Amino acid sequence: MIEATDRVEVLRVEDLRVYFPVKSRGIFPRTVGQIKAVDGVSLSVGQGETLGLVGESGCGKSTTGRAILRLINPTGGHVVINGTEVAGMSRRQLRPVRKQAQMIFQDPYNALNPRHTVGSIIGAPYKIQQIDPPGGARTAVREIMERVGLNPEHVNRYPNEFSGGQRQRIGIARAIALRPKLIICDEPVSALDVSIQAQIINLLQDLQQDFNVSYLFIAHDLAVVRQIAHRVAVMYLGHIVETAPRSVLYSEPMHPYTNALLSAVPIPDPRKQSERERILLGGDLPSPINPPSGCVFHTRCFIAQDRCRTEVPQMRTMAPGHEVACHFPITEPLKGGVIHGPDPGLTAPVPGEPGYWSETVTDLGGVGTSRLDSANSTDEGV
Amino acid sequence: MSAFLEVKDLHVSFPTGDGVVRAVDGLSFRVDKGRTLAIVGESGSGKSVTAQAVLGLLNRNFADITGQVWLDGQDLIAMSDDQVRELRGEAMAMIFQDPMSSLHPFYRIGDQLMEAVRTHHKVSKQEARERAIDALKQVGIPAPERRVDDYPHQLSGGMRQRVMIAMALINSPQLLVADEPTTALDVTVQAQITELMLKLQAETGTTLIIITHDLGVVADMADEVTVMYAGRAVEMGSTDDIYYRPEMPYTLGLLASVPRLDSDLNERLDPIPGNPPSLINLPPGCVFNPRCTFKDEVPGNRCTTERPELLASSAGHLVRCHLDAAQRVAAREAST
Amino acid sequence: MAGYVIRRVLIMLLLLLLLSFTVFVLFSLLPADVARLTCGKICTPETIEANRIRLGLDKSVIEQYWIFLQGVVMGRTYGQGPGAIVCNAPCLGYSFTRQEPVLKLILERLPATLFLAMGAFVLFLIGGVALGVYSALRRGRWQDKTVMGISLVGYSLPSFFIGLVVVYFIIIRWQLLPFPSYVNPWVDPLQFVQTMILPWLVLAVLYAAFYTRLTRSQMLETLNDDYIRTARAKGLPERVVIRKHALRAGLTPIVTAAGLDFAGLLGGAIILETIFSLPGLGSLAVSAVLSPDLPILVGVTLVTASFVIVANLVVDLLYAVIDPRVRLA
Ligand SMILES: Nc1ncnc2c1ncn2[C@@H]1O[C@H](COP(=O)(O)OP(=O)(O)OP(=O)(O)O)[C@@H](O)[C@H]1O
Ligand SMILES: Nc1ncnc2c1ncn2[C@@H]1O[C@H](COP(=O)(O)OP(=O)(O)OP(=O)(O)O)[C@@H](O)[C@H]1O
Ligand code: SF4
Ligand code: SF4
Ligand SMILES: [Mg+2]
Ligand SMILES: [Mg+2]
Repeated sequence: MIEATDRVEVLRVEDLRVYFPVKSRGIFPRTVGQIKAVDGVSLSVGQGETLGLVGESGCGKSTTGRAILRLINPTGGHVVINGTEVAGMSRRQLRPVRKQAQMIFQDPYNALNPRHTVGSIIGAPYKIQQIDPPGGARTAVREIMERVGLNPEHVNRYPNEFSGGQRQRIGIARAIALRPKLIICDEPVSALDVSIQAQIINLLQDLQQDFNVSYLFIAHDLAVVRQIAHRVAVMYLGHIVETAPRSVLYSEPMHPYTNALLSAVPIPDPRKQSERERILLGGDLPSPINPPSGCVFHTRCFIAQDRCRTEVPQMRTMAPGHEVACHFPITEPLKGGVIHGPDPGLTAPVPGEPGYWSETVTDLGGVGTSRLDSANSTDEGV
Repeated sequence: MSAFLEVKDLHVSFPTGDGVVRAVDGLSFRVDKGRTLAIVGESGSGKSVTAQAVLGLLNRNFADITGQVWLDGQDLIAMSDDQVRELRGEAMAMIFQDPMSSLHPFYRIGDQLMEAVRTHHKVSKQEARERAIDALKQVGIPAPERRVDDYPHQLSGGMRQRVMIAMALINSPQLLVADEPTTALDVTVQAQITELMLKLQAETGTTLIIITHDLGVVADMADEVTVMYAGRAVEMGSTDDIYYRPEMPYTLGLLASVPRLDSDLNERLDPIPGNPPSLINLPPGCVFNPRCTFKDEVPGNRCTTERPELLASSAGHLVRCHLDAAQRVAAREAST
Repeated sequence: MAGYVIRRVLIMLLLLLLLSFTVFVLFSLLPADVARLTCGKICTPETIEANRIRLGLDKSVIEQYWIFLQGVVMGRTYGQGPGAIVCNAPCLGYSFTRQEPVLKLILERLPATLFLAMGAFVLFLIGGVALGVYSALRRGRWQDKTVMGISLVGYSLPSFFIGLVVVYFIIIRWQLLPFPSYVNPWVDPLQFVQTMILPWLVLAVLYAAFYTRLTRSQMLETLNDDYIRTARAKGLPERVVIRKHALRAGLTPIVTAAGLDFAGLLGGAIILETIFSLPGLGSLAVSAVLSPDLPILVGVTLVTASFVIVANLVVDLLYAVIDPRVRLA
């Protein structure tokens, strides 16, 4: 963990684990395995700071965010929000904590109740927390709407009367209503067009300035995270593999996966883009049901060695604030045009083995087709 | 070189309960043989509708389509549905955004590939199967002899997109339209697919139209770029023109809105204010005027009253804007 | 797959056991005194008591159930001595009012029900699916609206109403067909068809209405799916797109519904069998209720329920055939 001497920690997560049981269907369902969605994640967010959490689809970013706010129950680990350990708390005990930590979701379409007016959505946190803001809830709601760039006269409209970007503003307004210390933003701009995305990013930055709020900013887009985060944590298959201040992570990434990720993001500049070094990883993310042994990245790593297959790399501090979980961190800039990673697909994947991906569910007891249920709920994190 | 594909004054509108949606409104562009054209624009700007109109995939019972689409000397719009169908999958092919849902879940990928062959060629099952295996090998699917008998759900997203590419290319089409081929994929897989498409294009000399909202992907792949806004082309030129000499305020705004890995670390984004217009109720004058920060520089309120034409700029590409040359340079300077 | 089937069959037997027990307990709770019902016109308390013992009704429900199960497996004898009645395995009980083993009665009635169900099934499935596809392809146009309107009417009309109307007009008023009188098809095929055609059609109309709507909505859904666009982009002719790609994808719920409906029909289309005086399971059940004859009711209930359970298994197996994502292991 980073030494937190001069900074006030708003969130600290230690060794967070979330395992989902994989159940066979049928009259007698058995647990046939575990999805290790989050497997030993530690991180911390200081006051007024933004920690970016990046990684590819399915690596466990959302699950981390949800487990922190206890929208799902963690399998293990500690979560300390503003000095209070929340792991193991009951729903009722959690209520005052919820006032300090809010969530913004990716899909502005699904996260808002279509039958409530904007006013009642934004004002809901006051009701739930039984708080009477100075000047009354109505005035407070109008002020917030104004603050996030919504026309306060639209207070009685319904979410479907707003565009995607405006709906995201509604979600943000609801999240800041109680002036929380921490907001977990789960892909808040991924569903938006670039021009709208930029508006929302700027809005989030302004709100941080005004209220000194901290963000855990979850995204798969490295360029977006670079824009908004102070520090960045890179996730792969349930593990954080590298954490560093933004300026360091984007200029001197040490983990091979971070290097590959960065090189995969095209730069909107044709000349620069054609001159870049490239690392092309083979294959896709392995299934989290049966993650690879040793270093989880070894099946796709372009510098993996024998040791990586057996020994789990521990988080090591390479420089102040720069931690890497890799046996052979990259300290020299990579050279040599295009680097190709091994293709784990070349040895044909076997069901149940790492690298195999399947939605098939092995047993069908009753009527109904079946797929792994990875549905995202639309809990309104209030 | 003559244009391999030329679209002239294409209009596509959908009559709906709320009014007529003008999805594509007077679009013209051309692509030369073996070149790559990127069509960029935000959601709802009419990119996919354009692609589907070119391939004849729009149901004419629900869409009004006018204009011309010349493919290698034949006007597709004037042809019968059946004639266009015969060209589809043979002379022109398409790849779609979501590989997870674009393959039929109930049929083996080999059968789906073979179907594509046998729709257009009278070949034996055995030969079609061999071609399917070849196609899978070409797109880098490991152990294609075995994979050919897999069902789509046994493949990852990246693999499925490779299968889609194999299916599109199996009859060696001269034109390939790729509608957001990498949008649904993870960045590392996205990079693989981009690389694969570039490699295959170099090998086969296929003319490529790539549709995307990702300016990074465009920079990676395109020779030519058409920027679309609200159903029309607002700027058109070589990739260098668009990235280094943009002139239309919307293009400028788009470039300034994109977070990028090579920007100054403390630079804020410069978003385009407001939202895209409703395609049912387009603003008068320039369709971009409600969001344009330069419209006051054009004298006589022309931006709100007069539709600008797509005209050659002094730099040599096509721009739809009332600003004069000096103002455009100033605008570009102001936004970078 | 084989393992799956074996497991499912075992589960099925378990379910049947559970079901038969429930049925047994439920019927034993009925206020009717079975022993009283079994004795004829001249009824003395002594005969009732004797019957009670002969039927085993003096024992507890659990014991009775155990004896019943033994009967199913090994056969059973009612009473002792020369007056004893032997009911061979599998014995589902004995009807004293009709002086026949229940199984024999059921087997006698099964063909009529089976023919009725199968004929109607083929008709309504083909008709319903075809109309549903047709309607979906002409979505929003007058053809679609007409089909939907008619199916709504068919859907909401009660079967006794259509049945009676048809009997009245076609048989009584216009005398287009002779009065229904069931014979086995191998005895007199013409009379068989003449008898069955109306109930077939009535059932087909009633059920087709549902399948038309189901198919239409399934088609409209799958026609919007991405892989349909892919199929069109390949240049496939539209009819192949519809048949091979869209219809197959939308088949699963249709198969479910059809399987359960077929099982339901095997349980007897009670009203139609009565109206068209078909000697099927339905009319057997009706007369058993009216008499009342509990052993028959228990037997018919069990047999009908097992049809549903078997149909469920068949539907699940069909799923795996239709959708490769469903793996039965
Ligand atoms: N409720 C659940 N039950 C079972 N598995 C789940 C559940 N929620 C998530 N998972 C699995 O956990 C893993 C991590 O999921 P998560 O949603 O956290 O990923 P993510 O990093 O947010 O990805 P994305 O970028 O796609 O949102 C995935 O493999 C997912 O399928
Ligand atoms: N069948 C249809 N009926 C009515 N409107 C339609 C239909 N198809 C498309 N549209 C409308 O046409 C407009 C252009 O759609 P199109 O799919 O081409 O956008 P796009 O540029 O591809 O956007 P995206 O990036 O979201 O894919 C949209 O406003 C869309 O709602
Ligand atoms: S530990 Fe080994 S396999 Fe893992 S990232 Fe480092 S070098 Fe690659
Ligand atoms: S024509 Fe006017 S409103 Fe349109 S882009 Fe040019 S300056 Fe802006
Ligand atoms: Mg997520
Ligand atoms: Mg599109």
